[in-house]
Amino acid sequence: MKLSTPHILSINDLSKKDILTILQTADSFREISERPIKKVPTLRGKTVVNCFFEDSTRTRLSFEIAEKRLSADTVNISKSGSAMQKGENLLDTMKNIEAMRPDIVVIRHFISGAPMMVAQAIKAHVINAGDGMHEHPTQALLDLMTIKEVKGRMQGLKVGIVGDIAHSRVARSDMLLFRKMGIKVFVSGPHTLMPLGVEEFGVEVCRDIRDVLAELDVLILLRIQQERADENLFPNLREYARHFGINNDALKGARDDLTIMHPGPVNRGVEISPEVADGPRSVILDQVTNGVAVRMALLYLLLGDGGSEG
Amino acid sequence: MTKGTQLLSSKEMDAALLKMAKEIVRDSTEGVALVGIRTRGVPLAEYLAKKIEKIQGKPIELGSLDINLYRDDLSEVSEQPVVRPTELPFSITGKGIILVDDVLYTGRTIRAAMDALIDFGRPRFIKLAVMVDRGWREFPIQPDYVGRGIKTTQNQNVKVMLAPIDGEDAVFIREHK
Repeated sequence: MKLSTPHILSINDLSKKDILTILQTADSFREISERPIKKVPTLRGKTVVNCFFEDSTRTRLSFEIAEKRLSADTVNISKSGSAMQKGENLLDTMKNIEAMRPDIVVIRHFISGAPMMVAQAIKAHVINAGDGMHEHPTQALLDLMTIKEVKGRMQGLKVGIVGDIAHSRVARSDMLLFRKMGIKVFVSGPHTLMPLGVEEFGVEVCRDIRDVLAELDVLILLRIQQERADENLFPNLREYARHFGINNDALKGARDDLTIMHPGPVNRGVEISPEVADGPRSVILDQVTNGVAVRMALLYLLLGDGGSEG
Repeated sequence: MTKGTQLLSSKEMDAALLKMAKEIVRDSTEGVALVGIRTRGVPLAEYLAKKIEKIQGKPIELGSLDINLYRDDLSEVSEQPVVRPTELPFSITGKGIILVDDVLYTGRTIRAAMDALIDFGRPRFIKLAVMVDRGWREFPIQPDYVGRGIKTTQNQNVKVMLAPIDGEDAVFIREHK
């Protein structure tokens, strides 16, 4: 069993078969986190370098825990405190890391495409942990795993995504992945935060998510950043909350089994109200639990082609 | 691909399993659980559990173990093996565990299974039941209950077929190409 790609850079790299393999493997791995001894020796002697050139708590922690549960040796690099602060460029930094023979490099970068450039330059496997406004493939995979777990299927489901679609790498990866697996996707948000040509993803744009709410199986809310209001893309967070924020009132007319998801971090009272975030429909914390299992599965499957020679 | 020569028929397998079940009951099943090693140890453990329940009139606890994450050849195989869930619906600490597998050969699988098991707790003892012991051990591991012990060459392949997976119960032996 192995993946058709040596790197996880974009959902586009993964075949449908790869995706099913990842989901099945992640499902088996979930049990390891429930054991009294949460560790298996599978990646003993493998080195994973986590390069987080953009702030992250959840994703970095999730990768690190996944690596440790598989017994890999892990090293972390952040932008502050690395040689990049002294002016070294990304490729030089990565070449230096490569010279120390890592097996997998996990990279988050604020520039879209940075992980692709790194993957071309070094021999180790590269996993994209979020790059600029491009993609966040591991988040999309854990979203899909959670949906499949809750709904028991993928084909034919209807998922709504509300928020800053234009700047969200989670939205891009989710759209690509869900469409690939036969899930119908509706996107909604302020016009100024809707990318031009979003229909090319095969998704339907709706002005107000409440127009299609009654049909939805899953509703994903994205984090709204204050920076976007500062860029004058919408007036302010309160105005966003009034028009696009989801509270119990907004969910009137939704199906009883509508599931609410959010990739985190949550802005309570902006895109989601506390009663929805903590309510019975919410699987936000299950997403986090599944994130560890998905990342364990990817680490395991990537090293299946004989290791670091790539 | 031919199946090769039949070593045990369905009937002979059934008799061998009954013999093993009787031995297990004779040695006491008090605080003892069967744990099948995936893939083929799982239906075998189920077969054994059914026979044991018939003999002693009460059920025996049953679990399954996937040992792929504990294999010592992961860096040598060309593709990662499919990992399936481990299901141990009981605490193994203080319990006697009888591992169940189809074929005992090098002993490496059993080594991995013991490592995997110990990550779940501290069993009182671990014993081993196998359908076929074909020799050629590479580790100091011996079975406690054996369906059939046979002499083989390393050019031979012993295949235990089980109805839930293969559609029939039988054991075949054939030469490698």
